[in-house]
Amino acid sequence: MTQELRGGRRLRDRFGDRLLLIVTSAAGLGAVVLIGFIAYKVIRGAHLALSTFGLPFVWHTAWDTNKNVFGAAPGLYGTAVTSLIALLIATPLALGIALFLSELAPRSLRLVVGSLVETLAAIPSVVLGLWGILVLGPFLADHVEPWLHNSFGFLPIFSGTPQSSGIFVAGVILAIMVVPIVASVCRELFLSVPPELEEGALALGATRWEMVRGVVLSSSRPGIGAAVILGLGRALGEAIAVTQVIGAGWFIRSSLFAPGDTLASRIAGQYQGAVSKLQIASLFYLAAILLVIGLLTNLLAQIVVKRFAFQRTGGS
Amino acid sequence: MNLQGDRRLRRRRIVNRLAEGSATVAALLAVLVLGIVVWSIAKRGAGELSWGFLTKDLPLFGQPGGGIAPLLVGSALLVGIATAIALPVAVLIAVFLEEFASPRVGAAIQLCVDLLNGLPSIIIGVFVFGLLVYGHPQNGWAGSVGLSIVMLPLVTRATQEVLRLVPTSQREGALALGASRWRTVLGITLPSAAGGILTGTVLAVARAVGETAPLLFATSIFGRTIEWNPGHALPNLPVQIFIWSESDLPEDHARAWASALVLLIFVLVTSLTARLVLARTRRRMG
Repeated sequence: MTQELRGGRRLRDRFGDRLLLIVTSAAGLGAVVLIGFIAYKVIRGAHLALSTFGLPFVWHTAWDTNKNVFGAAPGLYGTAVTSLIALLIATPLALGIALFLSELAPRSLRLVVGSLVETLAAIPSVVLGLWGILVLGPFLADHVEPWLHNSFGFLPIFSGTPQSSGIFVAGVILAIMVVPIVASVCRELFLSVPPELEEGALALGATRWEMVRGVVLSSSRPGIGAAVILGLGRALGEAIAVTQVIGAGWFIRSSLFAPGDTLASRIAGQYQGAVSKLQIASLFYLAAILLVIGLLTNLLAQIVVKRFAFQRTGGS
Repeated sequence: MNLQGDRRLRRRRIVNRLAEGSATVAALLAVLVLGIVVWSIAKRGAGELSWGFLTKDLPLFGQPGGGIAPLLVGSALLVGIATAIALPVAVLIAVFLEEFASPRVGAAIQLCVDLLNGLPSIIIGVFVFGLLVYGHPQNGWAGSVGLSIVMLPLVTRATQEVLRLVPTSQREGALALGASRWRTVLGITLPSAAGGILTGTVLAVARAVGETAPLLFATSIFGRTIEWNPGHALPNLPVQIFIWSESDLPEDHARAWASALVLLIFVLVTSLTARLVLARTRRRMG
């Protein structure tokens, strides 16, 4: 009787263990399959555009629904420029915030300011975009852009009339979205710098800034790189807020105040329906380009992080 | 000589002050931007907000009045279904990664989860369109699937983190008492991680409810009344805010501000509470 019971239980246990392993590993495999399936589906959707335009799609500038000619170049340009503006503004700010939170602020303030910065990341992009188009855009057009134009108007990028929607406004909105990401990654990095090193530098008579520059920043450099790349990944792919503030223009203008489009914003902007199958396929083609760029960016960040962690822990 | 050294020291001190000052200003600026965003949404949104606004159907085009009840119902349905899809799968993935996977397999799956996390949400929108909408009418299911892909990596990550906090001694204790692996996981590990999984899920909900891009091609053309059937396009807050924000009519902007305020309050309250609970759990367990 007991023998039988024990045998039954063992059988059930073995069955249960096996089942749990199968179900969980299937779910794990599912994550891999999902990424592959997304890539397949997006590229498959682009099939018609791929066979019609081929690779030259990437550098062609047209988006003509009447003639059925499409190209990606203005979107690539817009994506690159808005992301660059975002990173130029966000990186120094995020580093400053991370240093404030890890080295300067008193303990009580760290928690408050830290969670406020994280809260900034929690604002839905459509809400930030609404604010961008109705508050930030007009403010930049009235105050910041005229100043840039008057001071640096000899540069082609600051020529042209200030406008409340355009590439520049999109870059600023993206900067607001990127800052919390880069700041929180960098704060973790700075906090993980061995305190002996920091104290050693201070004991040798370094000021706090000299310690930060010589110890904290220099030992975290690859990590900072990875954080910036993660921020870049976010900026490249943001669709909604950019669509709201960029002003939808499929052309390449030297002026940053001019309207434009990113890959993501062009896709989002066409949600009300495309005219032809070729146009839909072209949108998929844009998505495929964005997918490749996005995956590469994220992979790069992962590699840098891995290598950096390896370096810092001495491979343990 | 001495004087010179003094001067150099003073310069170093000034540089130090400047650096400290700019770091503080950067932090202040971030807090200031948050304050301005929240304040301008509250100021512009509060005027329009009323009981009627929350309970009425959407306004007829170009007409005054109306409300956002269908948006609230639709968003709740979309996120509810998305959670029902994402939560079990995410927990299973996390259990596999933390309890079973060999380092190499684990690293590969972890990479895929991280890549999913970094995937632009508009790509998810395009994917779902190609998979579930192209050739069919728009429907709520497609939107929910899109949102569940947004939530999946977030919940997986959160679950992994709490699973790591469950003391190994608990697991070993259960195994030493003769409990099998699956009983240990279901009876010991997951229950002690349940609180953390819940807060992680709440955070993912707070993120998903504001996501617009995955819904844009799936459920953006909808009626003005409450829709309970996910087989039809479901009205929802983010897409409608997007549409109103692109409009030229001032009354549409007023509605956009009020809806944004509703969305923002929900997101901030849920994510702040979840964060507080999470911090407490971490302190208690770690």
